Amino acid sequence: MRYLPHTLEDIAEMLKTVGVESLDGLFASIPADCRRSAPMVLPHPLTEWELNAHIDRLAGRMAAGPAYKVFIGAGSYEHFIPASVGFLTSRSEFVTSYTPYQPEISQGTLQAIFEYQTLAARLLGMEVANASMYDGASALAEGLLMAARITRRSKVAVSRAVHPLYRRVVETYLKPTDIEVREIPFGPDGTTLLSAVADPAELAAVAVQSPNFFGCIEDVAAVSGRAQAAGALCVAAFSEPLAFGLFKNPGSLGADIACGEGQSLGIPRAFGGPGLGMFASRMQYVRNMPGRLVGETKDLEGRRGFVLTLSTREQHIRREKATSNICTNNSLCALTAAVYMASLGGTGLRELAQLNYDKAEYLKSQLRAAGIRLPFGAATFNEFVAAFPDGFDAVHSRLIAKGIVAGLPLGTYYPELKNHYLLCATETMSRDDLDALAREVAS
Amino acid sequence: MTEFPGATGLVLNEPLLWERGRRGRCGFSLPSRDVERRPAPAALTAAGPDFPDLSEVDVVRHYTRLSTWNFSVDAGMYPLGSCTMKYNPKTNERQAAHPGLAGAHPLLPADLCQGALELMAALECLLAEITGLDAVTLQPGAGAHGELTGMLVFHAHHRHQGKPRSKIIVPDTAHGTNPASASLCGYRSVAIASNANGVLSPEAVAAVMDDQTAGIMVTNPNTLGLFEENVKAIADIVHARGGLVYCDGANMNAVLGMVHMGRMGVDVLHLNLHKTFSTPHGGGGPGAGPVCVARHLEPFLPVPRVRLVDNRYVLSEDFPLSIGKLQAFWGNTANLVRAYSYILTMGAEDLKRVSQLAVLNARYIKERLKGIYHLPYDRPCMHECVFSDSLQQAHKVNTLDIAKRLMDYGFHPPTIYFPLVVPGAIMIEPTETESKEDLDLFIESMKAIATEAREAPDRLHQAPTRAKRRRLDETAAARKPCLTG
Repeated sequence: MRYLPHTLEDIAEMLKTVGVESLDGLFASIPADCRRSAPMVLPHPLTEWELNAHIDRLAGRMAAGPAYKVFIGAGSYEHFIPASVGFLTSRSEFVTSYTPYQPEISQGTLQAIFEYQTLAARLLGMEVANASMYDGASALAEGLLMAARITRRSKVAVSRAVHPLYRRVVETYLKPTDIEVREIPFGPDGTTLLSAVADPAELAAVAVQSPNFFGCIEDVAAVSGRAQAAGALCVAAFSEPLAFGLFKNPGSLGADIACGEGQSLGIPRAFGGPGLGMFASRMQYVRNMPGRLVGETKDLEGRRGFVLTLSTREQHIRREKATSNICTNNSLCALTAAVYMASLGGTGLRELAQLNYDKAEYLKSQLRAAGIRLPFGAATFNEFVAAFPDGFDAVHSRLIAKGIVAGLPLGTYYPELKNHYLLCATETMSRDDLDALAREVAS
Repeated sequence: MTEFPGATGLVLNEPLLWERGRRGRCGFSLPSRDVERRPAPAALTAAGPDFPDLSEVDVVRHYTRLSTWNFSVDAGMYPLGSCTMKYNPKTNERQAAHPGLAGAHPLLPADLCQGALELMAALECLLAEITGLDAVTLQPGAGAHGELTGMLVFHAHHRHQGKPRSKIIVPDTAHGTNPASASLCGYRSVAIASNANGVLSPEAVAAVMDDQTAGIMVTNPNTLGLFEENVKAIADIVHARGGLVYCDGANMNAVLGMVHMGRMGVDVLHLNLHKTFSTPHGGGGPGAGPVCVARHLEPFLPVPRVRLVDNRYVLSEDFPLSIGKLQAFWGNTANLVRAYSYILTMGAEDLKRVSQLAVLNARYIKERLKGIYHLPYDRPCMHECVFSDSLQQAHKVNTLDIAKRLMDYGFHPPTIYFPLVVPGAIMIEPTETESKEDLDLFIESMKAIATEAREAPDRLHQAPTRAKRRRLDETAAARKPCLTG
């Protein structure tokens, strides 16, 4: 086996040193009642070339690549990823290193994560961002737990326009705690009905997502105003951070905690993972934050360097009193996002965000012209909801046969939104693609 | 004269990202505009973030230089105890990056993602067979996320029995994630000490196990590298009082093909695909932490679950007792592809050989360094061995100094100051992918450092001297945190 370097002579010599007769003899401390009664039954090992063919076959049964036009966003977005991003983040020195607990020989990862934290904080308009969480949904759940710790209150209000799968994760995390989740409805324009938030003085947090699940831009300033006036925190979630190249970011609108998904920033969709949990807050709350943080310091010779810091919050020091149990995070995805953001730069990010906005607006106008109703009036970024006539599911299926996935049906998540579809158009869709979609769904 | 790998060469300096660049540069090929520009509502928009503007060359030089400041498995031996820093096969990267998988949207209709669903279903079966447990979820994003999943399953099980419980038994040798994961479910951790042999005794468990205790979290082999030989008797005690047994599978690399977790009495086990199954650590993640359970706990696993219905794979939500969801989507699929590729490449015999060689390597290091470094538990170890600095303390040299000096010799230090039960612990896990020559070089380095500790202790106090940076002031970093630039 090419990953196992031991020759038979090596093994014999090492066993002699160890004073054991055979490899099986190394396991004498395992009692009989813990052992397998029979060897594992696994497929016959594949050569590298057989494995390539096997994975090619599986991957060939996926709707990806130029043969398919997938107009679905909903928390996982198609964006162009420069070849340079993949090359840099594939470097062995980044990929095959561990958590940078030994800073002198981990300065590459540490500086890169410090830069990621900085770019993430600037993108979100927040004072401090951590080194990453698993994904947007678990980041939101941790954000709500953090708000409960800070305010010592045990109720949170979460908008129904937050990604439904994020809300499922929140429910899972909070179920065994004594924290109660209240749902805030959304109104006819597709944004959260803030007036429906009852008894904010009891709440630890009011959580909305912007752009929300329907692509609509929420009034986060109103949310933070109302929450903070009652002593609650404003938790601003997101699943499409590219929007902050064009729209106001959570920090500038008064959010206390901003948390969400960073997959959009140069990370492949990869059937849903790994993504990038982004997590940021006001500096005054940093000691309540979950996850790792990289900080700047100096070495013995006074030169700038970076270390993991404020680790007394973390499980390996604080154990059961830690702010979270998270250990391994999504560091390489954070690095990827940083390389992507650095490649775009401020100028590029702005233009790319504008282009996403324009593509979706163009698609909206073509659909409207084709007689399709767009029920929500709020401004959107690169995705939006369209209401199709009864029987559209047959059209949706027919289009799949043509390689077009015409959005995500919303009825599963929102029974009242039967025949409503969430459609996404990023910079990867050409005008021809958008025209074809509008033509096909109307026919 | 032995030539150690540690050396110095030309290493390039590199400023912070925003100390480079000029306004107006862009490292991205902006897609051409084929639709007209439409102004977004002015009240909602802003100027966009203050990012540096860099060319593609700026970006490539920046990150290439940073990368050279990292130690990595591909560069050398990385014997971090409890972390299983084995070689990460390159073919697995090819498979995970396959456009059909890497480019797939997670919410595709089932007919359009049969390949990924088939892979997930197959991987679940392989992990069940390898562990000897019955059902698997691939959704958790890392080991601690798997622990949380396991604790949620405990919680749901006891609630379903109509008897929620409030405590959990956690040995003093456990990873910190164990009690932290239990806390998230509202469980109070009850710590129990290991015995003089470094393992748990059934009596210690029996003394605290009661009908308010949800169960026990054990790591087996434990963090001293010792097999918990009483685990079956302990499981019987816990089960007799209505509790469940959680096994932290972080150390699974020691027992592949040897141990049957079901027979051992384990109800829930998490695996770290980034340890045992060769997916890379990525400088701290992403990992993947699948959870395997005994049949009676299957109804509680996270949804959706992959099911084969009429010869077609679907994601099913139809599990009313499920604990819910741990991530928005289905798991860290790219790492699932890597681990699946690894298992298919190895097969049953070579996976067993992995554990045999991992244990042989650790045992070889233990034998050869015994006496040079203090071995607090001189018993047959599994895949890792734990020394301490007590012999070097006489020369005012401690574990941190030894670890830092090892860098100068060209090795990543072992895990240090863990497990907490060994003061000044030096926890060495070589893994199976290190050859005898590399182990010998590591051993010679450790011996040379022990000699230096006696004869020239200041070399250790000053170490590292060959790394990109000298020792860094961690106290100052925490006292006045500077977390953004």
